[in-house]
Amino acid sequence: MERRLDAILSSFAGQEHELIPILQQVQRELGYLPREAMLEVAQFAGVPESRVYAVATFYAQFRFTPIGRKHVMVCRGTSCHVRGAPRILEEIERQLSIKEGETTPDLSHSLETVACIGACGLSPCIMINNKVEAKLTPKKVAVLLRKAGDDD
Amino acid sequence: MDQVNLSIDAVEIAATPGTTVLDAALGAGIYIPHLCHHPDLKPAGVCRLCMVEIAGRGTTPACLSPVEEGMVVRTESPEIRDLRRVAAELLILDHRPDCLVCAKNNRCELQRVAAHVGIDAARLARLRRHEKTLPVDDSNPFFTHDPQQCVLCGICVRTCNEIAGVNALDFAFRGFDTMVATFGNDPLVKSRCESCGECVVRCPVGALAAKDFQQPSREVKTICPYCGTGCGLLLGVRGNRIVGVRGDPDSSVNRGILCVKGRFGIDFVNHPDRLSTPLIRDPAGGSRFPGFREASWDEALGLAARSLAAIRNQYGPAAIMGISSSRGTNEESYLFQKFMRAVVGTNNVDNCARVCHSPSVTGLSAVFGSGAATNPLDDIEETEVLFLVGCSPTEAHPVIGMRIQRAIAGNGVRLIVADPRKTRLAQSADPWLPVRPGTNVALLNGLAHVILREGLHDERFIAARTEGFESFAEKVQAYAPDRVAAITGIPAGDIEAAARRYAQADRAMILYGLGVTEHSDGSLGVMGCANLALLTGNVGRKGTGVNPLRGQNNVQGACDMGALPNVLPGYQSLEDEAVRGKFEAAWNCKLPVHKGLKYTEAWHFVRRGRVRAAYIVGHNPALTDPYLQRVEEALAALDFLVVNELFLTKTARLAHVVLPAASFAEKEGTFINADRQVQRVRKAVDPPAGCKTDVDIICELADRMGYAMPARTAADLMDEIAAMVPLMAGIRYPRLEEHPLAWPCLDEKDCGSRMLYEKSFPRGRATFRAIDHAEPAEAPDASYPLILTTGRRLQHYNCGSMTRCTPGLSTLCPEERLEIHPQDAAGLNVREDEMVEVASRRGKIRVRARVTDRCSPGVVFLSFHFEEVPTNALTGDRLDPMACTPEYKVSAVRVAPVEGANVG
Ligand code: SF4
Ligand code: SF4
Ligand code: SF4
Ligand code: FES
Ligand code: FES
Repeated sequence: MERRLDAILSSFAGQEHELIPILQQVQRELGYLPREAMLEVAQFAGVPESRVYAVATFYAQFRFTPIGRKHVMVCRGTSCHVRGAPRILEEIERQLSIKEGETTPDLSHSLETVACIGACGLSPCIMINNKVEAKLTPKKVAVLLRKAGDDD
Repeated sequence: MDQVNLSIDAVEIAATPGTTVLDAALGAGIYIPHLCHHPDLKPAGVCRLCMVEIAGRGTTPACLSPVEEGMVVRTESPEIRDLRRVAAELLILDHRPDCLVCAKNNRCELQRVAAHVGIDAARLARLRRHEKTLPVDDSNPFFTHDPQQCVLCGICVRTCNEIAGVNALDFAFRGFDTMVATFGNDPLVKSRCESCGECVVRCPVGALAAKDFQQPSREVKTICPYCGTGCGLLLGVRGNRIVGVRGDPDSSVNRGILCVKGRFGIDFVNHPDRLSTPLIRDPAGGSRFPGFREASWDEALGLAARSLAAIRNQYGPAAIMGISSSRGTNEESYLFQKFMRAVVGTNNVDNCARVCHSPSVTGLSAVFGSGAATNPLDDIEETEVLFLVGCSPTEAHPVIGMRIQRAIAGNGVRLIVADPRKTRLAQSADPWLPVRPGTNVALLNGLAHVILREGLHDERFIAARTEGFESFAEKVQAYAPDRVAAITGIPAGDIEAAARRYAQADRAMILYGLGVTEHSDGSLGVMGCANLALLTGNVGRKGTGVNPLRGQNNVQGACDMGALPNVLPGYQSLEDEAVRGKFEAAWNCKLPVHKGLKYTEAWHFVRRGRVRAAYIVGHNPALTDPYLQRVEEALAALDFLVVNELFLTKTARLAHVVLPAASFAEKEGTFINADRQVQRVRKAVDPPAGCKTDVDIICELADRMGYAMPARTAADLMDEIAAMVPLMAGIRYPRLEEHPLAWPCLDEKDCGSRMLYEKSFPRGRATFRAIDHAEPAEAPDASYPLILTTGRRLQHYNCGSMTRCTPGLSTLCPEERLEIHPQDAAGLNVREDEMVEVASRRGKIRVRARVTDRCSPGVVFLSFHFEEVPTNALTGDRLDPMACTPEYKVSAVRVAPVEGANVG
């Protein structure tokens, strides 16, 4: 990580206003914002680390845990919402014992919510590693996750 | 300055230009609801409660509107009422309404706002969204953070930034989830928070609240017993117990701000381990302390008086050594040295400045003619460039550290730091000079070399006010940046940059600490700093000067009071017959003419049988002095040792008689802080039953030795001091009630001298001193390849006897760690948290490692606060030849992991 981070930082001047672009690049490169990386960025940009955390948590685009091998995105769009997305999300959280935005400790799954994924006709739906799973019920979710967990 | 006239709700008000409408209204007793405003902070304008109507401008936040001539302001209107109600409701929505059990009940700004605005409970209930449940962070031993009670005013965030300079907090997350958080939303103790509590005292609600808060029934104004900053405290008392501490807002030193020790570290006063009966050594025991039995005051004082008298009669008065406390009051130090001189009959009297700032006295006197800080610490905000040499104020003098951070952020002060460690302030320095320990003189000469080479020196000042310039200029010829870089390890370019920055400023100020003095050439290091100030004319003006950061609360005073073997009170000469005559007449005695022993030398004389007894007040050399094995041996070899103490310290355990003394909160007196201000210390509570003040103890001991002290109270002693010490002739208690007085204060009309040498120096001219670099006494070699340097930790103080009796401070900093650079750690196979053995030529200790790049490669760091990790078993006793101060800051050591200790 150290080296990849240095490579990113070397293309910046180390100023406060670069904070967001730097964080974006770090996330692009590493998939998320590890603690150590944010601490490095704080030092580099001459900004308190609490400020870096404040900025990073303000924008929905940043994540603080690595993405799991199965990246689960739950649609929260209107159509899915009316057709039971909250219950789907709840069930997934229960099954994986993590909250949205988190990753299981064994890195097998990560969970996120997104706005409409453009499959409203199939709602409620989720995506696992870019594959759409349609017309879900909590029961189907349980099966799906078990299957998704098995095949790695 | 002209006042600005405005009208607020038809009240005509004159306000100072630059103040805001909100300040003007509050100042005139007109309440405008507000939550995010705090008088110490820049306005933020986030709570929207302070909306007012300004004629011609509409509705606008009062806290963001500067007053203007002729302004017409209305604080109420239907529109404003609505705005405020909505703003208040949104704040109260998620706020748990548990006012009665809240620590801020009655002091809460939200209660006040709600009462003023009027809250409709039914409406609130309708508006309330799903309950948010956020955990309370109670990791900090002194205060809790309950985000649920937070009104997001941002006062804590701004306080931590603007006042403390720590930046531990910020707003994290967004929208409904916004909360105040540390980096990573870590618990406070894991964050950079330094527990100063400044945010806690400013938080308008119960979100940040002190644990175990008890409303005091009265408050007593006094001075912090810890570092030489000398912050004003208000001790909150209930009955005979101290229940809390506030910063004294009227103190010019700290303006209400405190560090973690001053605010939360006073528990030692009430601690059950306090001694409360005199103890006499007895192998059979009989007290709660093995090896001691309890005794009556009569018996203990009688034994002490008889033993001291017997030794004096048999071996002469010079066989007795006295060490006064740098933590005690001036009155006590004065009385103690009088006891040693007039009653015992010896000049063998010293204080623990010997092991810290004596080189300041020798070094500054050699150059300026007097040995104390030249300028008020307020000048930190008045200077352009601040040069810190060998000091880490954020740890050792935290409130000064905060002032420096504020000066950098708010006043644009530029900072240069010379320190082998990358201290917190070194991170804001430009440049930071990572000087190899023991090479300060080379660095300071190198800076002078560059200044002269580039013609940046102040010729007019040099010609008009100094002497010795030619030989000095010649001497620094030999210190070209390349050579200095080779000696100090600092890049030549940085040396040049620092020299230019310091010399080109119109006002530049030097602050230095024990990193300069505690070397075998400590006095020369001090002279080097003073030389630089002379060279650039940075003396006798606002925002300039050379200030030592004195270590202990009253180390300045202990020296001023003559607890020194070579001078009488007020640095009056022992050799001067007129002076001696004055004291002999006043004290009704014959004074010894010969200079006494410096106490660091005294240990050698014990070994040779020339010193047979010692009287030590509030000092613990068995832990704090270098090469402590030898000190311990010497103390144990004494025929008689009597100690006044609060606790049974390592030194007290070696005593024959231990006399339980009163703490700073239990007596009257004065302390003198690092910039020479004499400040009143006041009694807040009675000492525990069985303790006496040092003044009483010394007077009663003198009685028993046949000498009746005429002045037996603190106030009478101060009158005697004023009569005997010309520098302090104008200092009287009634005057100190108003405000502190800085010496010299020559008569009762003199308001004291915050700044020295405006017109002239004590000897007329100041003297440049041509000095040379010499390698430290101990260089690293193949068997001891690392340099050990020592210092303080924020949470602790000196031998730890006081701070370690405050459980919270021990929670924050429970044990000592050896700081070591990752490079060295890797080479030695040392890992974080692992037990290592550190060995020097004198001894070895075990301690866990902290791998950090705060230390430069080749340098390791330890503090000396912990008896379990007796760092001074490693340090050497090579002394500065002029001041006899030991070289704590450089010892050659080797570090190795302890086999077997790290399994499991
Ligand atoms: S206690 Fe001091 S350092 Fe800690 S968060 Fe509050 S202001 Fe900052
Ligand atoms: S914790 Fe207190 S000071 Fe900080 S934002 Fe919340 S209410 Fe304001
Ligand atoms: S800075 Fe020093 S004097 Fe001030 S509160 Fe802290 S320890 Fe006490
Ligand atoms: S709302 Fe879920 S796919 Fe559109
Ligand atoms: S006090 Fe003015 S907006 Fe908060």
